Amino acid sequence: MHNDQEKVVEIRGLVKSFGDNHVLKGVDLDLYKGENLVVLGKSGSGKSVLIKLMVSLLKQDEGTIKIFGIDTAGLNLKELNKFRLRIGFSFQASALYDSMTVRENLEFPLVRNVKNLTKKEIDKRIEELLDAVALPKTINQMPSELSGGQKKRIGIARTLILNPEIMLYDEPTAGLDPVTCIEINNLINEVRERFKTSSIVITHDLTCAKQTGDRMAVLIEGQFNSVGTFEKVFEEATDQQVKSFYDYNFIK
Amino acid sequence: MAESNDVIKPVLTKKLDEFFSGLAKAFRFVKRFFQEVWFPPYEFREILRQCYEIGYRSLPLISLTGFIIGIVFTNQSRPSLAEFGAASWLPALISIAVVRALGPLVTALIASGKVGSSIGAEIGSMNVTEQIDAMEVSAINPFKYLVITRTLAATFMIPVLVMYTDFVALMGSFLSVNANELVSMSTFFVQVFEAISFLDIFSSVIKSLIFGFTIGIVGCYKGYNSSRGTEGVGQAANSAVVMSMFLIFVEELLIMQIVNAIRYA
Ligand SMILES: Nc1ncnc2c1ncn2[C@@H]1O[C@H](COP(=O)(O)OP(=O)(O)O)[C@@H](O)[C@H]1O
Ligand SMILES: [Mg+2]
Repeated sequence: MHNDQEKVVEIRGLVKSFGDNHVLKGVDLDLYKGENLVVLGKSGSGKSVLIKLMVSLLKQDEGTIKIFGIDTAGLNLKELNKFRLRIGFSFQASALYDSMTVRENLEFPLVRNVKNLTKKEIDKRIEELLDAVALPKTINQMPSELSGGQKKRIGIARTLILNPEIMLYDEPTAGLDPVTCIEINNLINEVRERFKTSSIVITHDLTCAKQTGDRMAVLIEGQFNSVGTFEKVFEEATDQQVKSFYDYNFIK
Repeated sequence: MAESNDVIKPVLTKKLDEFFSGLAKAFRFVKRFFQEVWFPPYEFREILRQCYEIGYRSLPLISLTGFIIGIVFTNQSRPSLAEFGAASWLPALISIAVVRALGPLVTALIASGKVGSSIGAEIGSMNVTEQIDAMEVSAINPFKYLVITRTLAATFMIPVLVMYTDFVALMGSFLSVNANELVSMSTFFVQVFEAISFLDIFSSVIKSLIFGFTIGIVGCYKGYNSSRGTEGVGQAANSAVVMSMFLIFVEELLIMQIVNAIRYA
């Protein structure tokens, strides 16, 4: 089904260990333009490590990561920074700068990376994004005054302010109540429509996976064993671990 | 016996390994500071903000401590000097003690506790909550924005605070001398300035700069390399204080040796 589509991410044979802790043992993964790919896996299975490798927050031991056709291992710092601006990273704990207001949080990456913006243009862009995440009223609040769900939204807005082509969401619904979860899932789908992003959504929440994902990939024992649509991965699952993951998460 | 040897040896080599790789890591951190400090962006606003924070945080405690040290040190020294009929030397003695040793040392130790720990905790919590990673992925250099600004601010501010401490301590001392020996303020300060030389002032400033740099860079290093998890933040703050105090004593000792070598050369 994807043969005619452009690949934006191509990962081959990715290996990453921390000492004796062999986290990724040969990961292959493709992300096609415009799709939402959900990465599932137990806590500690290396999901975060995988996307951190993609933006060079960590360095792989072996394997290649090609994003937009660029091999990330060969980049110098300047090239890497330019490349990083094309990727949005939404952190698990939101990672809002807690000494800055919401406004300053959004302004900080913008004014440092886009030169010669007028005050008006900055204000407009910030308003636009707060609008997109439906939180225009929080503009002068501190992160400590926001709820978990609001923090996630502001974190996503901050990432979107530089117009990334790829979004990486690290457990966007972790620690949120079910209603807020659904709101965030909707936001992820809206972001794709509005900002034309291709996304990887990391989660261990199957509702989130089903709602946001075009394809699923299940990370087990440092590898992706089953990749495909939700139905294919779970309803036809033969792998015992995939099955148990499904049974565990789903109340049938 | 052989068994216990086998157990001890790996533990020992592992500890040594850790020690030396930690040392190398710290060295690389300091090296990175000197590599990056010269190039833009300079983050002047953040440096100013940090200077203000540092001054604001330490001022109350430094004022109190400086003042009390001035009074107490004067009162404690008076009997000894009086015994030799040299109570009139009090201003000179206090001046030398405060400017050469007490001022810089006391200020630096207090700042380690107030400033070093808060830098360690702040950067540590930013590390734990992935705020540093967030800067990195949005192409902002967190080392420049966090480490260089705070280290420079501490390096500039400690000498200023030291001068302030010197002044407050001398004022405390003056109150005591004025009450007991009935010396006027102008006489007191003439004696104070006669007792100290250019070398004293110069070495005090150099020393304060070094102390300030130490407090800043150690706080940042501990925060930047804090282990993930909430307890990492407390650890970073705590070990920033311990480490910078230790280094300040070592530096004090070394600088004193060097200055004395120059003085009596
Ligand atoms: N910076 C690091 N240093 C050492 N070990 C790490 C680091 N980051 C992650 N790990 C280890 O890698 C494994 C996978 O972590 P992670 O990718 O965060 O899991 P998750 O799938 O829950 O996101 C864990 O065992 C973790 O301890
Ligand atoms: Mg994770």
